[in-house]
Amino acid sequence: MTDKNWPLYEVFLRARNGLAHKHVGSLHAMDDEMALQNARDVYTRRGEALSIWVVPSKSIIASEPSEKETLLEPSTPERKPYRHPTFYDIPDEVGHM
Amino acid sequence: MATAQTNPHYRYLLRLADNALVLGHRLTEWSSRAPTLEEDIALSNIALDLIGQARALYRRAIALGGDGDEDHLAYLRDAHEFLNVQLVERPNGDFAATMARQLCYSAFAVQLWGELARSNDSELAGIAAKAEKECVYHLRHSSEWVIRLGDGTRESRERMQRAIDDIWMFTGEMFEVDESDRAMIAAGISVDASKLLLAWNETINDVLAQATIKRPADGWMISGGRQGTHTEHLGHMLAQMQFLRRAYPGATW
Repeated sequence: MTDKNWPLYEVFLRARNGLAHKHVGSLHAMDDEMALQNARDVYTRRGEALSIWVVPSKSIIASEPSEKETLLEPSTPERKPYRHPTFYDIPDEVGHM
Repeated sequence: MATAQTNPHYRYLLRLADNALVLGHRLTEWSSRAPTLEEDIALSNIALDLIGQARALYRRAIALGGDGDEDHLAYLRDAHEFLNVQLVERPNGDFAATMARQLCYSAFAVQLWGELARSNDSELAGIAAKAEKECVYHLRHSSEWVIRLGDGTRESRERMQRAIDDIWMFTGEMFEVDESDRAMIAAGISVDASKLLLAWNETINDVLAQATIKRPADGWMISGGRQGTHTEHLGHMLAQMQFLRRAYPGATW
């Protein structure tokens, strides 16, 4: 073991069929197989999951918080309201949407 | 009243339960001391599985007409009344020793519970079916560690080899069959443990090969735990485990 710390993994759980895997946290493990076992032991003790995904944290390509203004803010509802279907009159027969 | 001396069925259930309780308690000794947070939780999970198995088996034993309750069996018996194999009372040692002990027991437990799931004692069969699933994971967990430590650094490999060498003479007892067992096998309640050795060997040989660990020669094997003869370590463990109950009889949370 040359590295003092084991690699970090992100853990995703799917609680029920039909739902997407949801990020629940992270953990350290020496390799992929142990990451899956650790995820089982740390995050599914109360029957939280039907399925587990673990992903090396370094494989996640994340947006930079500093780029928020250019990357994400141009499409907020205040600036692009027409991208939200709020300009239609919905007939009563349609009921609850 | 059923006792371990007069009723082989009761005796058999206590043997199974004591294995699970003693190993479960040993694993709780790692709580807050395991090498990593993740492993701390993993060992506690395994401990809780085993203690849960023990509780179910004690309850089944008491239902046969045994004395007291499950707490009585766990906390008020002395070392010579425990019928677990000596393997499970071995001190934790280093992490490699704990994993070697776990591998040897879990590889046995998976086979045993798998067979007992067809026991004529339907309640025991139910406990066994649940326990088998739990032990399959315990086996997977300990196997992965033995493989990584064995096929790891020079130091981890040396420690893993030593751990397997040290535990080896305690493995034979799991496969013993005595007079009391034979009565239970004939009644279809128990299984012939000696017949589980073949599958156990296959599992262990496979893991040790992957771990590049040398399998020790099958020499003299320790015996006696299932008759109530134990190493000094069990007494020390029980002193800690039973202290509260004995110092404050009837205490509740």
